[in-house]
Amino acid sequence: MLINPLVFVFIALLSCNAQQATAADDAGFSPDDVQTPLAPLSAGIFPCSNCHSGMPVNMKRRQLKDEHTGIVFEHDPAHRWCMDCHNPSNRDKLRLASGALVDFSKSYLLCGQCHGPTFRDWKSGIHGKRTGMWNGKKRYYLCVHCHNPHSPKVKQLVPFPAPQPPKGEPSFLGGTK
Amino acid sequence: MDTKIPPKPVSRRKFLESAATLTAAMVLPGVMGCTTENIDEFLQKHFVELSPAELEKVVKRMQKQNEKKYGKAGSIDATPAIPGVLFGYGLDISRCIGCRRCVHACVKENNQSRDPDIQWIRVLEFNKESGIDFAEADPYYCTTASLHDKEASHHLGEKKEGEAHGKAAPVAVPSADAPMKLSPVQKSILENPDSQYPLYQVDANKVPASDPACKVPRPGHFYVPVACQQCENPPCVKVCPVKATWKDPDGIVVIDYNWCIGCRYCMAACPYGARHFNWTEPKLPAEDFNPDTHYLGNRPRPRGVVEKCTFCIQRTRKGQYPACVEICPVGARKFGNLLDPASEIRQIMERKRVLILKNELNTKPKFFYFYGTAT
Repeated sequence: MLINPLVFVFIALLSCNAQQATAADDAGFSPDDVQTPLAPLSAGIFPCSNCHSGMPVNMKRRQLKDEHTGIVFEHDPAHRWCMDCHNPSNRDKLRLASGALVDFSKSYLLCGQCHGPTFRDWKSGIHGKRTGMWNGKKRYYLCVHCHNPHSPKVKQLVPFPAPQPPKGEPSFLGGTK
Repeated sequence: MDTKIPPKPVSRRKFLESAATLTAAMVLPGVMGCTTENIDEFLQKHFVELSPAELEKVVKRMQKQNEKKYGKAGSIDATPAIPGVLFGYGLDISRCIGCRRCVHACVKENNQSRDPDIQWIRVLEFNKESGIDFAEADPYYCTTASLHDKEASHHLGEKKEGEAHGKAAPVAVPSADAPMKLSPVQKSILENPDSQYPLYQVDANKVPASDPACKVPRPGHFYVPVACQQCENPPCVKVCPVKATWKDPDGIVVIDYNWCIGCRYCMAACPYGARHFNWTEPKLPAEDFNPDTHYLGNRPRPRGVVEKCTFCIQRTRKGQYPACVEICPVGARKFGNLLDPASEIRQIMERKRVLILKNELNTKPKFFYFYGTAT
């Protein structure tokens, strides 16, 4: 009779600790805060149901010939294909491995399924980009703003101009005259 | 013997003193072209000793000068440090691609001289084989005038060879002649339309220009941008003979440009090459003038003073991120309050291995480099 309340307290403490751990993990992040520009979809392509709603679903893995031919798929192509992320029945949503549907604006949940450590880093602001206020409202950039989900490696850029080197001939001391 | 010397109407000393003052007052303005403004400027007190009323007067005078020079008075605020804030900066070496967007956003934001060009951020390119070895650092990569051009073509050639041998080539690395295949959206993100500070327009006439065939990150290299490390134990502050530079409570090392005598001791003392001297009158075209300035930050500088990165004091003291953080296309730059455990910079320090440059000098920088890919 006397033990029971203690056990409850103990369990309550344990769950408190667990909550604290997750809170620390996501420090500074709450999904409602995500102030992103809309998911970067090609112009005029969304909603997908415009075309797909009347179309029969073809679950066969194949090379697309009529539409979406511009997509270069370089995201573990040996193991992935369209329907791993795009939802077959309602194309306006993405589908998690659990079967849950998420909006395109929450695509980070999808990426986070495989890229756990990166997702954790993104939530605490270590990975990815934020703009706005360091002590207030931020704009969070989604994974897909920097990484094309079909070809996620960041591309090379032409750099901006280098500084002007010091004028004059190099002197024997290593500097310039 | 009762001799009484009658008091002189004017002592010899007094007479000479007043005569000298009078002459100086009459001759000096004529000789040096002094206006009352110049005299006010010359007699101006150190920033920390200015009373609010005096500061207002000084700011008004500076705004008048701005108006004359740039056609805009602009705002010159003197926002003090926010209590309970110590600024810290994080830079992810594993993500930086050396694109120099930060350098030019900084120039634009902070009213640096365009000719001669003064840049507060210097992006150093290192060889992956030699690691961070400052003797091997190259700040002039990807320039047509670069001495390292040969090396650049050598590396590009090497890459093509690798592809021919069927090695795993990096995905979608464009060749020199084919344009990059980026979706319009990706392009827009890389060019960063959300940033309030549009990209520095690259002047084609500016020499040396970027070599369009050279794309970063170059294989086998990594990049370490270096600016002021905002040391907790700043050697530059120690050597200043007139206390024109000091560390504010939020950790930013600032300079009062009106108190600086241009001796450049601080430049010699700084182990990071972060301080820059205005050898000539800085050239800042009127259309490039950023009117949102801070007294200790990006207000236009005169000739003969030292300047440096201030973590964009005019932005960060109002809660905004520095311009370099806003512009970085890969999100390698992080900024926040070191005293707030939830801030990005504290999260980095808790979860990642961080390093500081020239640790052995005990300067205690608040600029932390880290490897985001390592846990």
